[in-house]
Amino acid sequence: MLSFVARRVGAAAGTLVLSSVIVFLAVQALPGDVATQILGKDATPDAVAALRGKLGLDQPAWERYAHWMRGALHGDFGASLVSSRPVGGEVATYLGNSALIALVTVLFAVTGSIVLGIVAGLNRDRWPDHLISTVSLVGMSVPEFVVATVLVLCFSVALPWFPAVVLYGPEASAGRLLPAVWLPALALAVVMAAYIVRMARTSVIDVMASEYVTTARLKGLSTWRVVTRHALPSALLPTLHVIALNVAWLAGGVAVVENVFNYPGIGKLMLSSVQNRDLPVIQAIALISAVIYVVCNLAADVGAMALNPKLRTGGRTR
Amino acid sequence: MTTLDTAPVAAPVASATRAARAWRTLRSSRTALVGLTIVAVHVLIALLAPLLTSYDPVANDASHALLGPGWEHWAGTDQYGRDVLARVLYGGRYALGVSVAATVLTVALGTVVGCAAALRGGWLDDVLGRVLDAVLSVPSILALLVIVTALGTGPAVIVLAIAVVYVPQVVRVVRGAALAVVPADYVTAARARGERTWSILWREILPNITDVVCVEFAMRASWVVLLISSLSFLGFGADPPTPDWGLMVAENRTAITVVPMASLAPIIALATLVVGLNLAADGLSKAWGVDRIREGS
Repeated sequence: MLSFVARRVGAAAGTLVLSSVIVFLAVQALPGDVATQILGKDATPDAVAALRGKLGLDQPAWERYAHWMRGALHGDFGASLVSSRPVGGEVATYLGNSALIALVTVLFAVTGSIVLGIVAGLNRDRWPDHLISTVSLVGMSVPEFVVATVLVLCFSVALPWFPAVVLYGPEASAGRLLPAVWLPALALAVVMAAYIVRMARTSVIDVMASEYVTTARLKGLSTWRVVTRHALPSALLPTLHVIALNVAWLAGGVAVVENVFNYPGIGKLMLSSVQNRDLPVIQAIALISAVIYVVCNLAADVGAMALNPKLRTGGRTR
Repeated sequence: MTTLDTAPVAAPVASATRAARAWRTLRSSRTALVGLTIVAVHVLIALLAPLLTSYDPVANDASHALLGPGWEHWAGTDQYGRDVLARVLYGGRYALGVSVAATVLTVALGTVVGCAAALRGGWLDDVLGRVLDAVLSVPSILALLVIVTALGTGPAVIVLAIAVVYVPQVVRVVRGAALAVVPADYVTAARARGERTWSILWREILPNITDVVCVEFAMRASWVVLLISSLSFLGFGADPPTPDWGLMVAENRTAITVVPMASLAPIIALATLVVGLNLAADGLSKAWGVDRIREGS
């Protein structure tokens, strides 16, 4: 088991190095020279050359990569081309705001989909099952911006309970942002839960058909106890696994939803940095997202193995 | 060689039975049939749009701006006085055209690479696995935005960008399916005959994973449609005044309390198309016993 974990950690580290190279090369391929961009189009060639030297742009690509990585490992991602503030701090602020949304989203999505999945699984092929399946199919078939728009229409316009747009900047405290978190999180959770409900339903049906549940029932256990002791844990496990594997999707969904609500999170920063060609910020966001993705996948794999005795001896997950 | 002589004779028979099998599947799976019918209706509407409406989807008419649904404009007009129904009907052209092109390219590339990785194995498979993991770790929306910013908007760029983002996921699914076929005796036999990798891939592996590839195509198409509409919504996809559903929602969202139909109509069009694709993918996978491997987009 330990050697498996060590191998997985090693592979994850290798993946991260490779993704950092890909990120670096991709951002380098963006058109436009950073020095010209900072100084403006009317800058003299001498000034541009001087700034290029200062920024290290005249060095070969691999040296710039090494320099960037050395800084990144120490949390130094350079300065933003737009705000000229340190990128590391800026990204951390926006990321913290997004973490608030992500946390509430996962909370909503897990509770909602587990409850609905168990209800659907226990009522297999009866009307609650059909209803839940239909709703989840519709949830899967609408993009996040549509769910967000409908939620705004219902809970900001018709019933003015939540703000439709956020008026605070990225530095606002969590307490001030909290009222604005619910609608974006709900929009993401609806789309996310639509996928997970089916998985939870399948695992509930599998468990309820298993021999140990039959035994438990024959022992005279109430349905409620069978559900809480057997169906719930079995539905919870794959759900957490799927969520960990869906972090990459969550990043995309967050980008769209945050822009609908003007929420100062990582998705909004992502979009504005691409629009402004703020290369250091783009690089930092891509690298940090890659780290989060790889760590979550690692946690999902190791967690699945620790909880599933069958996988412990095999050692191969793919 | 005798195999070469018999091949052309054998092929039509095989494809005929396969077509018959596919038809039987469709007849037995109501879900798949309903899904494919919805998609077919969408394709027909997109093709016949000029016959279904007399309005020009990009013609401004300031004197008739922001009208609610009525006899002249069935779904009302938007802030520029453009007919919403016409824009929704024509909108399918962009959504379907770009999505079909992107999905075909993605699934074709992913299938070839996935099969090749499964068949060759060894270091090629290992290196490929690592590179794909690395590509998958970068958020797809960020990759898309960077590619679109670097190469400019336009249908061709979006098709290419979607292929870059989704090919790794298709490779994973197809590789898994192909790995189950590779140890089969007929593949070993083909190798012993000295057939080339390409012809083994084409004649032995591919026919045996057609079901997986078809389900993958339908499922991938539904995600591509969603992704393209999200890109348009964010302002990185279709350029205004192109009639596109995602763009329409973005344009009419601010006036949603005045003319809700202008936002609602493209939403309904988008949702029905994706529901159709999802039903098709569900029905086919259930009918063929293919596990739909659900990963994040």
